[in-house]
Amino acid sequence: MRHTFAVYVENLPGVLNRVASLFRRRAFNIESLTVGHTETSGVSRMTIVVDTDEHGARRLEANLYKLVNVLRVDDITLRPSVERDLAMIKVSATPETRTHIMQLVDVFRARVIDVAPDSVIIETTGTEDKIDGLVEVLKQYGVIEMVRTGCVAMARGPRLGGLGDVAERVGGLGDETPTDDNNVSYSV
Amino acid sequence: MKRTGAQILWEALGREGVSTVFGYPGGAILPAYDALLEFPVKHVLVRHEQGATHMADGYARAGGGVGVAIATSGPGATNMVTGIATAMMDSSPIVCITGQVGSKLIGSDAFQETDITGVTLPITKHNYLITRAQDVARAVKEAFYVAKSGRPGPVLIDITKDAQQASCEVEWDDSEVKLPGYRPDLRATREVYQQAIDMINDAKRPIIFAGHGIMLSGAMDVVRAVAEHANIPVAMTLLGIGSLPAQHPLNLGMMGMHGEAWVNSAIQEADLLLGFGMRFDDRVTGNLATYAPNAKKIHIDIDPAEFNKNVKVDVALAGDLRSVLEEMLPHISKGDRSAWLGTIDEMKGNVAVRDIQNLPDNGHLYAAHVINDLWRVTEGNAIVVTDVGQHQMWEAQYYKHEHPRSLITSGGLGTMGFALPAAVGAKFACPEKEVWAVVGDGGFQMTQAELSTIAQEQLKVNIAIINNGYLGMVRQWQEFFYERRYAATPLLNPDFVKLAEAHGLSGIAVTERAGVVPGVEAAREQAGAVVLDFKVEQEDSVFPMVPAGADLDDMIRRPSPIVETAADT
Repeated sequence: MRHTFAVYVENLPGVLNRVASLFRRRAFNIESLTVGHTETSGVSRMTIVVDTDEHGARRLEANLYKLVNVLRVDDITLRPSVERDLAMIKVSATPETRTHIMQLVDVFRARVIDVAPDSVIIETTGTEDKIDGLVEVLKQYGVIEMVRTGCVAMARGPRLGGLGDVAERVGGLGDETPTDDNNVSYSV
Repeated sequence: MKRTGAQILWEALGREGVSTVFGYPGGAILPAYDALLEFPVKHVLVRHEQGATHMADGYARAGGGVGVAIATSGPGATNMVTGIATAMMDSSPIVCITGQVGSKLIGSDAFQETDITGVTLPITKHNYLITRAQDVARAVKEAFYVAKSGRPGPVLIDITKDAQQASCEVEWDDSEVKLPGYRPDLRATREVYQQAIDMINDAKRPIIFAGHGIMLSGAMDVVRAVAEHANIPVAMTLLGIGSLPAQHPLNLGMMGMHGEAWVNSAIQEADLLLGFGMRFDDRVTGNLATYAPNAKKIHIDIDPAEFNKNVKVDVALAGDLRSVLEEMLPHISKGDRSAWLGTIDEMKGNVAVRDIQNLPDNGHLYAAHVINDLWRVTEGNAIVVTDVGQHQMWEAQYYKHEHPRSLITSGGLGTMGFALPAAVGAKFACPEKEVWAVVGDGGFQMTQAELSTIAQEQLKVNIAIINNGYLGMVRQWQEFFYERRYAATPLLNPDFVKLAEAHGLSGIAVTERAGVVPGVEAAREQAGAVVLDFKVEQEDSVFPMVPAGADLDDMIRRPSPIVETAADT
């Protein structure tokens, strides 16, 4: 099944390589990986989607924690969460078809962000399913190019454990009081 | 006062307590070598950078500290790769320092440029690329901390030439290292402890699996206390040998592919396995589908990534083995497990007749005899460093190790060529101890250049070559599984005695059993290193053997009662 991980890492050169290398080395195939800044300076957040079973997911989590620059790993697969993908799709559009395309774009609550004489660029965000659906109906007009960000995900409600303490540790301010996630239980 | 990056490097190493480094100079590391002369560090000039890493590894394993290897960029750095991977697989704390081309040249395919941090990314615990002098001190401090804490492992620091040359003010920071994402101090929850304790107290047929982690955690006495208190027999992994004295009544010996037959049989009948600082490697388990079918499993390890990796366990406790066991010990009830111990004793029944030691001298020189005599003469007190192959397994079977850190061998990676340089490192770590390198004729030739290092350093390390004229373990597999088609396994060797003499060392050739003890004694008496060339039975095999992927108790046994080797038939 698909597992979605939110991985907090130190924003340092080479960290993406370390994380990606780990997946390759342990023979896991990354379906999508996105990375960007977080609300805490010096901390980046990756959303990594992997097709693996529960056993594989636990192994991945444990191995990610072994990377010195990885601060926190949350498997948000089974938690209530929202996932979004952003796509830009360039579609052939003649004066005759342009209106049809615009109507479809409205139905999908997407937007046209550029119009050229014989093509349009459509921007959409949503779950991967929704974007797949839009692409499907646009195919008949001719999809010229497409780019997608891959999945970004966030658990709903309050934060899982504290990145607060991660942020403090990055700033070197944290005390050494064990937090819940320090007190790891690996019972099965 | 301003210091160059090179000076900071040596001072930082000194602050970590480094007194000996193993290395080989070259262009990109020259500024560091130039500064070396100002510092009280012993530098051992190796003959190949792989040797430097194995020496650092042997130094760390024998002495319990961190070993340091140093090399230049490009080929110097890539030559270290095998040694780094060896240390990674066996959780050995080493710090490798490599020179790198100037930071302006990085990425330009400059002379002797290799992306060594990229190359070593999957085989180091962590690595650094340092391009500024002011980052050197912190990198060294972090590297040592990462290398030796938690599950130990190799750390590489790649320092550009300009970072070595540049000067900066340095303030030494004595505070603890803070790495926000690095948590070596895991602890299991209370409930997990209780589960484990209940399982131990309920077990009728438990076995402790003693791994390398016992040594790394310094948990020898508490493991022994648990075993003795609860009367639980202890089986060894290859790297666990020495964690409990061989003569201890609860020590069963080695398990796994070439483990003792009764140990593997006992594992298959056990109702509880207690993995202490080991990782259920495929050489230990055999066929996972039929492995220990009646046993529950408790796994204690500092690395949670090992849990359920190969064998699914019932209870896993993350943490430092010593502190975990200290917490558990008071709650473990005294056990009378005489029935179980009696069962295991019965399993030993037919072993004596198969034991090569009990056979009359038929004129053949068997490697097992050599190892056994070496053990008797050295009274089991030597540090024995082995290479990889048949001799390694015979050593594990026939040299009875009474002390921790007295068997040093490449277990996980199985690196041929490990023994000779690792023995050099072990001798530097423990100069007062007797050190023997036990090597095959194949592996010895992979790093025999380090004989020159031994000669140059006037080191007293004795070398026992188990010379059967074959790549013996591969030959054995060819005999068993490839219908004796000996593709590329026969070796035409040099005269090892003359080779020793060419290095200014002595060599002794031994061709019969009666010559073994005198040869070993003569080697011990000489001041310098001695190469003993034991010309042993060519087509002898290591028994018992669990073929790769077979059930653990499905062992090929030594033919009994007469030892029939290929040479006899």
